[in-house]
Amino acid sequence: MKKYKLLDHTADIRIEVSGKTRKDLFGNTVMAMFDLMIDMSGEDKIKGPDEKTLKVTGADLEDTLINFLREALYLFNGQRWLIRHCEPLELTGKSIIVRLKGEQYNRQKNILKTEIKAVTYHGLSINKSSKSWRAKVVFDV
Amino acid sequence: MSEIKLERIDDNRLLLPQTGGMMVPGIIYANEKIHQLLKNDESTKQVANVAHLPGIVSYSLAMPDVHWGYGFPIGGVAAFDLEGGIVSPGGVGYDINCGCRLLATNLTLADIGDRLDNLTTALYQQIPSGVGSTGAVKLSGKDQKKVLEDGALWAVKAGFGTMADLETTEDEGVMTGADPEQISARALERGKQQLGTLGSGNHFLEIEVVEEIFDEKAARIFGLHKGQINIMIHSGSRGLGYQICDDYLALMVKHAQKTGIDLPDRQLACSYIDSQRGRNYLAAMACGANYAWANRQVLMHLTQAVLEKSLHLSPRELGMRLVYDVCHNIAKIETFNLQGKMKKLCVHRKGATRAFPAGHSAVPVKYQSVGQPVLIPGDMGSGSYVLVAQQKAMQETFGSACHGAGRVMSRTQAIKVSQGRSISRELANQGVIVMASSKGTLREEIPEAYKNVDDVVQVMHDSGIATKVAKLKPLACIKG
Repeated sequence: MKKYKLLDHTADIRIEVSGKTRKDLFGNTVMAMFDLMIDMSGEDKIKGPDEKTLKVTGADLEDTLINFLREALYLFNGQRWLIRHCEPLELTGKSIIVRLKGEQYNRQKNILKTEIKAVTYHGLSINKSSKSWRAKVVFDV
Repeated sequence: MSEIKLERIDDNRLLLPQTGGMMVPGIIYANEKIHQLLKNDESTKQVANVAHLPGIVSYSLAMPDVHWGYGFPIGGVAAFDLEGGIVSPGGVGYDINCGCRLLATNLTLADIGDRLDNLTTALYQQIPSGVGSTGAVKLSGKDQKKVLEDGALWAVKAGFGTMADLETTEDEGVMTGADPEQISARALERGKQQLGTLGSGNHFLEIEVVEEIFDEKAARIFGLHKGQINIMIHSGSRGLGYQICDDYLALMVKHAQKTGIDLPDRQLACSYIDSQRGRNYLAAMACGANYAWANRQVLMHLTQAVLEKSLHLSPRELGMRLVYDVCHNIAKIETFNLQGKMKKLCVHRKGATRAFPAGHSAVPVKYQSVGQPVLIPGDMGSGSYVLVAQQKAMQETFGSACHGAGRVMSRTQAIKVSQGRSISRELANQGVIVMASSKGTLREEIPEAYKNVDDVVQVMHDSGIATKVAKLKPLACIKG
């Protein structure tokens, strides 16, 4: 089941992501971003995955989410490193530590669907409903 | 979606009254047709949000191509007092100095004849485009610094084009005050590989034919005539510009509380122009602007080489020359007459083109008698316009005009309505060859996803901000 859905936005991509916990929400959001960018269907095994641990801080929970997505996007846009799995280890209102598994992008193997160019603060929200956490994020494409 | 009440000022303008924390009212350039489209998105609210920012002067403006962006609306223009006013990376946009460049040639339709297909393929193969494309120009650290400082001049000195190209580039292709020390290692890294690349999304290179001339005098001075083959290039500062914007946005959000500026949307994060952070951003932004001008200069040179080779023409026979290069995502310090006093302001144009009239010192010498060309690309099917800026732009819009057609449909909607259709075949039936590295891009960029460029341009023309000179019809389009 998809953990995110597309919402309408005239020029860019806006998504709503859900997660059982805040940690899940952060993990699901970063994976949604990569799912929008790259077609990973038919590929479930990562060959010789690399691991990275990332620590990101922010002014509050919302800012932490945006800074986390920014760092993750830079791994791809700047270093051509694809995140295939994200395990949030620790999350406070102002910081997150995650363990990432991924691999170097391979033009032949990984089909790019959309180029996400930036993560924006516009229309950003993180809310808790009775059963789950939800976030809305707008990406510049 | 939008519940804000707009009042009609005249046939082409709507007033957004000053309410709540707005420092000034808003004005949206729109006829009734465009007014109806505004109701479908959040752009009106964004015009109001911009009016909250400290030091904003006169009005928060929106051009007729206005649509929902993030932070500032796309098509937004706002001027800030240098004292007490702010500069906002989000008000410039991620793609610093995204812009258009129009190249004229000596060719007519008959000269290209049945070679259009081959020519398009050659352009598609030899001009790097698409997601993550890298360029033919590999920059050393020292060269990159020169690119950031000298812009298009660096490109000309490196053999891409001639000095004459600079005369018809906005600001002669270089923004002063650029300081490479103010940009991050990440931005430099992303910039190294991408000079001379078109990019993806709405960026393009188009072969066009002049279909109609509205203003004979201005067309003659711009060197345009009916039946002429021209090339339009739309690109910007690539990953480098994005990284600069992102870095400064993060920094300004981090320090937002200290500045005490109350933001209706974090994407509007800003710094006072007269502060160290504000000055650093402007110096970094100038690096992005210069990179973009160098990029479009290199792209022009690559295009010229492909045309000469594919059509077996000498440079003299092809006669490629730069009509103009405009920038449409920028903040600039410019002087305007405010109630009889000349005042320096920081004008943000987020998806808006500078439009300076005849006699203005920043207009190229050869266009002094008519005014600056304003280049307006439309969607893939309907073509582009060349307008000429009028005096009224100085009085009403801080010397600004629209920059394109403006989207009306979201990308997801566009993908939905284009389900099962072959967009390239539909466009081929209209006489437009389209090549794109991604089918998704073509579907996202379908003509009906945009406002009718004729309507948008008509508002500028009728309001006397910038008037119609020529309409160009697309023959072939290369998309990323």
